[in-house]
Amino acid sequence: MAYFARVIRLAICAGALLLLFSAASPSIAQQINPTASAVKEQQLLQELNRIQGRVSIPDQRSGVLEQPAGREWREFRNVTLHWIGGIAILGMLAVLIIFYLSRGMVRLESGRSGRTIVRFTSFERFVHWMTATCFIILAISGLNITFGRTLLLPLIGHEAFSEWSQWAKYAHNYLSFPFTIGVVLIFLMWIAGNIPNKVDVDWMKRGGGIVGHDHPPAYRFNAGQKAIYWVVVIGGGLVAATGYQLMFPFYLSGIEGMQLAQMVHATVAVLFVAVMLAHIYIGTIGMEGAFEAMGSGTVDVNWAREHHNLWLEEENARTGVGDARRRSAATAAE
Amino acid sequence: MARMKFLCDADRCIECNACVTACKNEHEVPWGINRRRVVTINDGKPGERSVSMACMHCTDAPCAAVCPVNCIYTTADGVVLHSKDLCIGCGYCFYACPFGAPQYPQVGNFGSRGKMDKCTFCAGGPEADGSKEEYEKYGANRLAEGKLPLCAEMCSTKSLLAGDGEIIAQIYKERVMKRGYGSGAWGWKTAYRETVGS
Repeated sequence: MAYFARVIRLAICAGALLLLFSAASPSIAQQINPTASAVKEQQLLQELNRIQGRVSIPDQRSGVLEQPAGREWREFRNVTLHWIGGIAILGMLAVLIIFYLSRGMVRLESGRSGRTIVRFTSFERFVHWMTATCFIILAISGLNITFGRTLLLPLIGHEAFSEWSQWAKYAHNYLSFPFTIGVVLIFLMWIAGNIPNKVDVDWMKRGGGIVGHDHPPAYRFNAGQKAIYWVVVIGGGLVAATGYQLMFPFYLSGIEGMQLAQMVHATVAVLFVAVMLAHIYIGTIGMEGAFEAMGSGTVDVNWAREHHNLWLEEENARTGVGDARRRSAATAAE
Repeated sequence: MARMKFLCDADRCIECNACVTACKNEHEVPWGINRRRVVTINDGKPGERSVSMACMHCTDAPCAAVCPVNCIYTTADGVVLHSKDLCIGCGYCFYACPFGAPQYPQVGNFGSRGKMDKCTFCAGGPEADGSKEEYEKYGANRLAEGKLPLCAEMCSTKSLLAGDGEIIAQIYKERVMKRGYGSGAWGWKTAYRETVGS
């Protein structure tokens, strides 16, 4: 009896198995795509323009599988930036050369009085020159990264160019620190004289007197100098912030943030260089008696009267020596 | 001349990470650097997908285009290599690379980058083939020995294919035909501006 029951159970099991097999026949299995629901590359790229996942290695940043945005960055670096930089810097040089040839040096019209007045203290001059020296090295090493491969590499060869660029990179990285300190100090120590006011409007309307022989009134800093000040503070702040983002990769952002940082850094930097060329021009060969303000720290009283008359009055009123000086100047003139 | 390419058949990758390990061991890749990694998308969810990725040795390689010192070059086999003697570690190739291939050992202060390191398609560098200097800087040069990259050679499911682009594309196409589906060669459109069997 028990034997019979076992035979029946076996038969039922065999029948059920047969049924199961026929249900899952190979003809049906071939039509199933087990990965139909899987993520698709093109779809992911269209959604976010990057594909990210999980990695089991310690370097979690390598979880970004694909980021074709690098292509746009490449276009910026290799084409757009060359145009921006080329036009800004060469354009500024051309303007300055044409201006120098047509206008020449802005002379001291009343000649030198022989008496001087302190314009910048030694601390101010120290800060200026520290920032300026850093800026020049940063500018040259930065321009080298952008234009060196096209302009310098063919001239000096691969080995020499790499060696120079390596040192330039170190200089660029390390001098960013004194440069940033300089920008912060410039911001703090000259902010008082650089708030735009009504005098600046008049100064701007008269074109700063740069064309012709006009001398619009100005306090310690005229509108042009104020513009330079704000370019240094804002531009310097931007290049410093974006530069540190590049120097400390992944501290602040992922790769797309660094691409953006490089674009801001490079664009601001080449425009900064162009503006500083004008600053260097007017502080040296562009204007008689201007360099000594940052050189020895003192300027001729006549220079101060022509270019910063309101500041000279302020200074004289503050020190109380102005009256005596004016009297002695009058006697000397007689 | 062959045009060397990688192709990861994502329908086969089981995220065993053997390619990652093989690469690190074969080239004695420095600590902290992985020339190849396996990325799992939608991990643990329906539609999960793993892809093994390294330098794809792009056509018109973006890294080479943006390098400020022009130290990256493409060999006759279509392999993208670089000179560590010329590299200044600026990080630009890393910004341009669509696949996150270039990496830098951290040397010195801050995030300062050392010489860039990336997958060489097991083809070494500019030094003499098989020389000690080449091995120390770039790892083994299997291509010079007539062998293909080790990651693909020892892939347990033969998901990762390496070799002449036309041949591996043909293998992949046959697979797709036979099994009736394929999710496409990941990264090919970005790297080579063409795709195969999706």
